[in-house]
Formats: sequence, C-alpha cells, structure tokens
Amino acid sequence: MKERLLELKEEALRKVEEAEDTKSLQDIRVSYLGKKGPITEMLRGMGKLSAEERPVIGQLANDVREEIANALDAKMKKLEDIALERRMAEETIDVTLPGRPVEVGGPHLLTSILEEIEDLFIGMGFEIKEGPEVETDYYNFEALNLPKGHPARDMQDSFYITEELLLRTHTSPVQARTMGAKDGSEPVKMICPGKVYRRDTDDATHSHQFTQVEGLLVDENVRMSDLKGVLNKFAKQMFGSDREIRLRPSFFPFTEPSVEMDISCKMCNGAGCSVCKGTGWIEILGAGMVHPNVLRMAGYDPETYSGFAFGMGPERIAMLKYGIDDIRHFYTNDIRFLKQYHKV
Amino acid sequence: MLVSLNWLKQYVDISDHEPNELAELITKTGIEVESVASIAENITGVVVGFVEACSPHPNADKLSVCQVNTGQETYQIVCGAPNIASGQKVAVALPDTTLPGNFKIKQTELRGVTSNGMICSLQELGVAEKDVPKAFVDGIFVFPDDVETGANACKLLNLDDVILELGLTPNRSDCLSMIGVAYEVAAILDQDFKPEAPRVSTKEESAADRIQVQVEDPEANPYYGAFVIDNINVAPSPLWMRNRLTAAGIRPINNVVDITNYVLLEYGQPLHAFDYDRFGSKEVVVLRAQDQETITTLDGQERTLNADHLLITNGKEPMALAGVMGGADTEVQEDTTTILLESAYFAPSIVRQSSKDHGLRSESSIRFEKGVDPNRVKQAGMKACELLQTYAGGQVIDGAAEFDHLDRSERTVQVELTHVNNRLGTHLQEDEIEHILRRLQFQFEKDGDLYTVSVPTRRGDIELFEDMLEEFARLHGYDQLPYTLPGGAAQAGGLTLYQQLKRNVKTYFEGAGLDETITYSLTTESRSDQLVSPDVRARGDHPVRLSMPMSEEHSHLRLSMLPEMLASLTYNVARKQHDLAYFELGSVFINDEATLSKQPYEQLRAAGAITGKWNSHDWQQENKPVDFFVVKGIIEGLEDLLDITLNYEQAKLPDMHPGRTAVISYKNETIGFVGQIHPNLQAELDLKETFVFDLNAEALIANYEKEETFQTIPRYPSVSRDIALVVDESAAASHIAATIFATGRPLIRDVRVFDVYQGEHLPEGKKSLAFNLLYLDPNRTLKDKEVEEAHQRILEAVKGEHQAELRS
Repeated sequence: MKERLLELKEEALRKVEEAEDTKSLQDIRVSYLGKKGPITEMLRGMGKLSAEERPVIGQLANDVREEIANALDAKMKKLEDIALERRMAEETIDVTLPGRPVEVGGPHLLTSILEEIEDLFIGMGFEIKEGPEVETDYYNFEALNLPKGHPARDMQDSFYITEELLLRTHTSPVQARTMGAKDGSEPVKMICPGKVYRRDTDDATHSHQFTQVEGLLVDENVRMSDLKGVLNKFAKQMFGSDREIRLRPSFFPFTEPSVEMDISCKMCNGAGCSVCKGTGWIEILGAGMVHPNVLRMAGYDPETYSGFAFGMGPERIAMLKYGIDDIRHFYTNDIRFLKQYHKV
Repeated sequence: MLVSLNWLKQYVDISDHEPNELAELITKTGIEVESVASIAENITGVVVGFVEACSPHPNADKLSVCQVNTGQETYQIVCGAPNIASGQKVAVALPDTTLPGNFKIKQTELRGVTSNGMICSLQELGVAEKDVPKAFVDGIFVFPDDVETGANACKLLNLDDVILELGLTPNRSDCLSMIGVAYEVAAILDQDFKPEAPRVSTKEESAADRIQVQVEDPEANPYYGAFVIDNINVAPSPLWMRNRLTAAGIRPINNVVDITNYVLLEYGQPLHAFDYDRFGSKEVVVLRAQDQETITTLDGQERTLNADHLLITNGKEPMALAGVMGGADTEVQEDTTTILLESAYFAPSIVRQSSKDHGLRSESSIRFEKGVDPNRVKQAGMKACELLQTYAGGQVIDGAAEFDHLDRSERTVQVELTHVNNRLGTHLQEDEIEHILRRLQFQFEKDGDLYTVSVPTRRGDIELFEDMLEEFARLHGYDQLPYTLPGGAAQAGGLTLYQQLKRNVKTYFEGAGLDETITYSLTTESRSDQLVSPDVRARGDHPVRLSMPMSEEHSHLRLSMLPEMLASLTYNVARKQHDLAYFELGSVFINDEATLSKQPYEQLRAAGAITGKWNSHDWQQENKPVDFFVVKGIIEGLEDLLDITLNYEQAKLPDMHPGRTAVISYKNETIGFVGQIHPNLQAELDLKETFVFDLNAEALIANYEKEETFQTIPRYPSVSRDIALVVDESAAASHIAATIFATGRPLIRDVRVFDVYQGEHLPEGKKSLAFNLLYLDPNRTLKDKEVEEAHQRILEAVKGEHQAELRS
C-alpha cells in the first residue's frame, strides 16, 4: 500500500507539473483528493491493515494528500500570476498621449495687480474702501480743494451726466466720503481701488476708463517721513527689494506738499536707458500731505490732525512690470492676452 | 517752458554743472525737467563767409556760382538759394564738415562747376523750420553786416546752446520767466541773484500829454501802464535776441515784436505794442465788451464778444482783446514810427474766460491766467522801453500814463520750527531753516521759534504754512527725509466679509473654467438697453446718458455687462478664437428717473458668456459644444459655495432663446437669468450657440450668512431607492422633485434626476423622469417598512399633483 501511495503521489505531482490551466488543476484536485479519489479509497481500505501498519500508512496518506494539495495551490497561484501579467500586458497604454484637459479660467491681469496692491497695504494695517463710480461734483472736486471754477477741473477732462453728477475722475472721493463719515476724530487708514473715467481718446497710452488705487492715512502727528517709509515698503515689495525710490516735488490740489515717486529703472538699474528715457528713474505714483482745506472740509482740525495720501494706476504698473505696450489690451479682452496672465 | 542755458548763464553761474546734472538737480528739487536737448550738436567747421562775387551758373538756371571769403581763403561754392547775393555774410560749411542728419560736406562738381562746400540755411544747421524767421525760410541765412568774417557761425547762431524743457505744474507759474527760473536755480545752487533794473533815458515830454488811461473795471484790470515811444525804426532785431527767441521756440519777426516777446520771456510779463498813429484816439479805455460786439484780431479772425470779455478800446472802438490778442487795425507795421506800449495786470479769471471762449491760448494768455508778478508789471514795460531805445532807435517819452489800483504787498506766512519738524519728520535746526529762506530770498522776522516770512509777489503759489513746508522739504532735499513708519493706534487691516466673498466668487468662476474680463462701463445707447435682467428692469430701466459723450460708442452707462462681453466674444471669434468662457464682476447703473436728479443705484452683478466647445479631448473623439446645463451647473456650483438655493423657471426674455431661458430667483425675488441668446442675435454677432447668465451678485453676497456649526457625521446607513415616472413632456422636473422632497420629509435627504427619456415605448407627448431618492434617519437604522411607506406616499403625491405614473 505504501508503494501504491507513493506511486499516486508521483503521478499526481507530475500531472500538476504538466497542467497548463486552472481547469486541469481543478480536475487533478477532484480526481486525486476528491471523495471518490484513490487516496480516499485506500484510506477506506485501511481496516484490513495490522494495528502497527495502520497509523504509519494513515500518516503517509495524509502527508501525500497535503503534499499534492500544496503543489496544486502553488501551481494555481503561478498560473493566476501568469494570467494577470498577460492581462496587464494587454492593458498597456501610450502614456505619452495627452491627458483629459481640466479647463481652468483665471483672473484678469488688472485684478491680480489690484489684489496684490490690496494685500500689500492690508499687511500694513490699511482697510479697503469702495465707493460709487457716478459721483457728485462735491465729492469728486469740491471736497478735494477743487472749488467750482478751479482751472484744474476743466470740463474737458470729465464725463458729466448733469451739472452735479459725473463719472468720478479719480477714487479720491472715496477718501472724502470715508473721512466725512468719521466725525473728525477717528484716524483713517485706507486704500480705495476702483474704476475711474476721463475724457481721453483711447490710444496706446490713454483710456477713457482706467483703474486707480489711492491711499489715505489721517491721524495725529502723521509726518511726511511716514509717507516716504510706507511708499518705500510698498515699492520694494511690489517691484523688488533692490529698487530704490526717490521723491520729487509736484503739485496736486488736494495735497501740500505734493510729490511724485519714482523708482530706479529695473532695465538699466538707474544707469539710464530707453525705458526710463535716460533718467534712470520711472515715475510710479503721486502723493503728498493732505491739504489742510481737505481735512477741514471733512471735519478734521488740521492743527491736530495731519495725513498723507497717494494714488497710482495699476495699468501703468502692469505695463511697466510686464512690458505691455498698449493700454487698450486691458479692455479688449482678447483671450490671447488674458490667458498670458493666468499663471500664478 | 524752454530754458536756454546760454541765456540762464547770464543770471546764474552754472559752469560747475553739466546740463544733465543740472537738469537732475532741478527735477529733484523743484521742477521736472522733461528733456535736455542741444540745438545742433557739435558742429565744427561752419564759419561766416563773405560773398565777394556771385554770378549765374553757366549750365543751370537756378544755381549761382559764388566766390566766398572765409577770412583766410576764398572758396568757389555753388549755391541754389534764391536769396544769395554778393556782399552778404553767410554761413559756410567747408568740406569735411558734418551737418545734422549725418550729412557730410565734400568737394564736389555741380553741372561742371567745382563747389568747395555749402552755403547753409538755418534748417540745414538744425534749427526747426517753425523757428526760422520768415525771410530765411526758403533760402540761406544772412548774417548782419557787423559780424566778423571767418567767425564760428554756430556760436553766432547759438547752436551750441542746450535747452531744458520744464514741465511746470500749475502752481509754479513763477518759472514762466527767465528771471523766475534764475531765482529758482540760484536757490537750488545756493547762489545770489538780482535782476538788473532797466535803464531808460527819456525825452522831456510827458507820456500823460500823449495818452490818457481809463479803466472801467478795476477788478479785472487793476493796473494799466501805457508808454509812448517815438522815432521807431522797424527792422530785424539783433542776432543775439533772435537766437534767444528761437531757443525758446518763438519765431523772430521784427525788432518791436521781438522785444515784446523777449521781455515776456525774461519777465514773464506779456506786453502789447500798438501803432500809436493808428490807435485812433489819445485815450485808452478798458472795459467789458457789449453783447454781440465784434473785433478782428491779429490773426484776421472776426470774434464776437460778450460781457465776459475785457476789451482795450480807444474810447470808441475795440483795439485788443485784453490779455489774449491784439486787434488787426493797430498792428505794428513796417512803416510804424510811434508805439503805444501796454504793460498791464489783467485778472486771471477774465483772461481764462476770453481765452477759453475764443479758443486762443497764447504765450500771453497762459501767463495772465496764472497771474503775473504785480511787482514786475511796470518794470517789464520799462525794460521794453530800454530795448526799443537801444535796438529800434526809439525815443522814450518820460513816464507812463497809468491806472493803478494794484496790490503789490507781500503775503506773510507764520512758520514754527517745531511744527516744520513735526510735519516733515526731520530735525532741522534754526540755521538750516534760515539758510533755506535766504536761498529763496524770502525776508523773515524771527521771534523765538516763530518765523514770520514775507513771501515775494513772484511766488503767488505760497499762501499757507503747508506751502512753506514744501519749500523747506524740497530745498532741504527729499533724499534727506528719513524713512519712518506711522505711529498711532495699530489697526488690523483686512478684507470685509463682502470683499472676501467677492474674491471667493471670482475664484470660484475661474476654477469652473471661466476667464475674467473687464469691459467698459460706457456703451452705446442700444447696448445699454440690451439683455437687461428683469430684476434690473423692474428697478429702473432708464440707462444713464452722458451730457456730452465723446463718441456714440461710449455714450451710456450699462444696465448689463453682457452686450460688451458678447462684443468681445465676437472680437475673439473674428480672430479664430472660437472657444470662449468669460465672466465679469462689475457694477451696472440702475436709474428710475427720466431726468437724473440723484446718483443711480450701482449694483454689483456677475455675468458670464460661453460659446464654442466646452469639453474637448481630440484623440478620444470628444467634442461637446457648450449647452444650457453647463452654464446652469456653474451657477449651481455657486449655490453650493454660498450655501443658498436658487429657483429656476422657464421664461421668455427679449433677445433670448424662448425655449432655453430661465429666470432665476432667490427667496422669491428675481435676481437674474440664464439661457441661450436668441439665434437672431447670435447671427448678428457672428457667434455660434452662446449661453449667458447675469446675476445680482450683491444680493447673493450681502445675504450670505456664515454658519459656524458642525453636523454629526451620520452613523447609520442611508437607503437608496430609484423611481421612474412617466409625465407630460412639459412637466418641470424641479417641480416633481420638490413634491417628492416635501412628501418624503423628514426621512428623505436627497432627490436626484438620473435619467430623462422620451421616444419608443412611451406614449406620444410623454417623457420618463428617473429619480434617485436617498432616505436617512441620523439616529437609527431605517426599517424597510418605513421606507416603503414613504415611497408609497410619494408615488401618490406625484400622481395627484403631476399626473405622474410609475413607469412599468
């Protein structure tokens, strides 16, 4: 019997070895290890054996069964692996083909610039204030030390709707409104971004609609050196820490003293080139100490309170920063322009 | 203002400074120098030549052959100028000279005659044609006889000069004169400067015997001085004077006109010379014009006047428009022998009005408009007398006939040193302040810390302490100002919730695949009234019109951003950019009045427009054009972002597709619309199917409530059931879903459409809607029986309300 068992083992193992698919393995399992298989049959006939032989043969039969089962499992695993490899080989794709696009839009360049300026001043403790684009003559001019008949408010420069209403020519009326709402005692620290309008024929450097950001700080003991310090911080963060600033005298009806701020030209580092017209400096913004008349009209006592104000044009800043040659690009909404500025 | 450095040198020593360096100093301290330009750079080899002989060219009608002596040698030169003649002194460019424009002079042969150089016109030497005296425009320039043969012609013509162009701000009109510029530059360079007083010797006769002055409006004309000069010989003015006028951009004409212009430039005081014999009376009467009165001015134009305009008359007829332009009748001519010279102070406002009404902005009116220096008016008249005496043979009658109500007093401004330092953030000492005042030549009195500064009348811009502050700041130097940061109570800067949400909404749209645009707020009349959302129209549908638009393109304020956005789609499509998805956040201007009496209501709205392909993935053959549900999906995403629920109802709106448009409402108020634009409008705009939306963003953002809560994550499973219902094809899916939701509460959590079918196996006029329903009880596991009951209730309800049958 022992020989017969070993024979069966050899036979089964050989068949397992030869099997090429899982079906054959199933058949082998049934035929050798099943209830009607030869090993089971032999075990049933063990009653004829002696008491010494019985446990030995029983043990051997179990060992043989286990060995065949293990071989079957191993072979089964091997065949499955092969099948998986084959399937995966069939599933191979060209990973160099383009992916399914995720279309993401982006902000307008002016929005990006505006938000950059806003965030920069928020970091210095400024609030953001907004106001109407159709303004009263009072807030657009009178409250800013530009009384009726003042030469600087020539009708030619503004879009009037009625005698008393016009499209604001700057965002300064928001300053006047904000100060006016404060009762002449609280400090003001704000910037006001927004759209403004002037009677200009649209060309490469003029636009009847453009954007402005103006800033205002009113408090007790505000010094002109504070203006210089704040503008310097702004310029370095906006244009690079290696930029220098300079202030030079200018004139605005709502500030006194008034200055214009230049930054050293990035192209030539101040040596003089075509971008800065040989001067080494590029004009960025206008600023000054708030005119006492403006403070007074808003209810602040110019003896106690002082302040500074500044104003800049995001279009100009964007044009300088990116080398854009025509202001009309900002309003044509050519997709080939817009898409250029969607990258972070 | 154009400033000749050769001229400026006569007042201030600028020899230590290169022109560019000087310009930089002036820019940093006072006035922006907009350009630094040489008249003609570095020409050498142009000399004065004496034309000894001049004969016609043997082979050419228009050429002459000249023998020109340059001091050492005589050269034969062929010249084509019509005004060449023997005996003239001319500018000769000898061979090897390079003229402006890189024009090299060589010995050459012209029609068989050798020519050793060129006789030059002023234009050839680099002078702008507009500055060339009329007599020399079409030919060569001829020097006065007294110049030396062989001398450097460029130097004589002032071509070695450098011109600074000052960009004057409105407050610095004091620098509209060379004397003013000299004061400024002297202050910058810390030098002394005092203009010389005019020296006139006069005839015994008194001007008052020859002319009377009467002013009827002293406010408009507080000073009028009339000088009389006899024995005038009208001729070209001296070369140096012509050069200075040319350098300042004024064309020389004759000695009388040139002298008045020269004094205008030097003193900043406009003068006017009348022909005394043509004046028609012996009295000057200054008065306001009568309505419809006319005058013919020097330029030959007849001008109609009114009481806003001030006139110089001879008592009967108008002779000049005060401060703006003289009359044609009394113009100085070749035969003029006696001059009536006016030096006056006209009020800025009256000159501004005249100049504006008649469209005449002259060198004179510009200066009067800004206010001339009261203390220099008469001085300037006397300076002109001196020059007329010297250069036009004039005999000046003693004194001036005057009307004089002019305030010449100096303003005083109080300046406290600590106040200056407090405002500037500086630590200026007394000696520094006083030094600056001395540089400015401002007199002052000192009382402890307090300075009382007398401001010279030439600086009309200085009235307040703050104006003096500017003088101290700029002369101390803005470079010297320290960098400080504001003190005061710290304020936490930041965006308001509204501002933050505005940014969030923009970012959402961008993430959803839309590009932000910025369009013009001003549009055409027809566009201002197109695609206006019903909620805007209900609030006021009178587009705001500008009173004087520059063009019809930008004449009205928008009620919707869509028309301009669609125009930009058309612009892009015309440039072969077909797939576009745009949005914009901006104001529309709502007005309910036929005539505007108050500011229109500015409402923040969000609009979008999409055209062309939405999904495209070429190699997988996916190419879907945008459809209604793409745009609606984007708005639904916004609902999620803001945690709101909007309601959509089929609607018919002008210019919109009648079957593919929905009006959107929020809390039962209309807030916008979404849909396809009308095929006719698409065709008109050359667009394929285009879908748009327009929402009242302000209402959505302003009503936002941030809920700071936490909802427990459900621990019990939900139960999902599907039902397919057969309904009329016109039935609205959202209405059926609403019924399901209302009936299934509180167990039902979500209702979702997952299939819509129409066609085979369904009766005509019917469609099938398949819904997925989600049931959940957060506190326990649902029993099948409970769900079944709810499901049955739902089926009954939809049958009752929508005649919906369960699809078998």
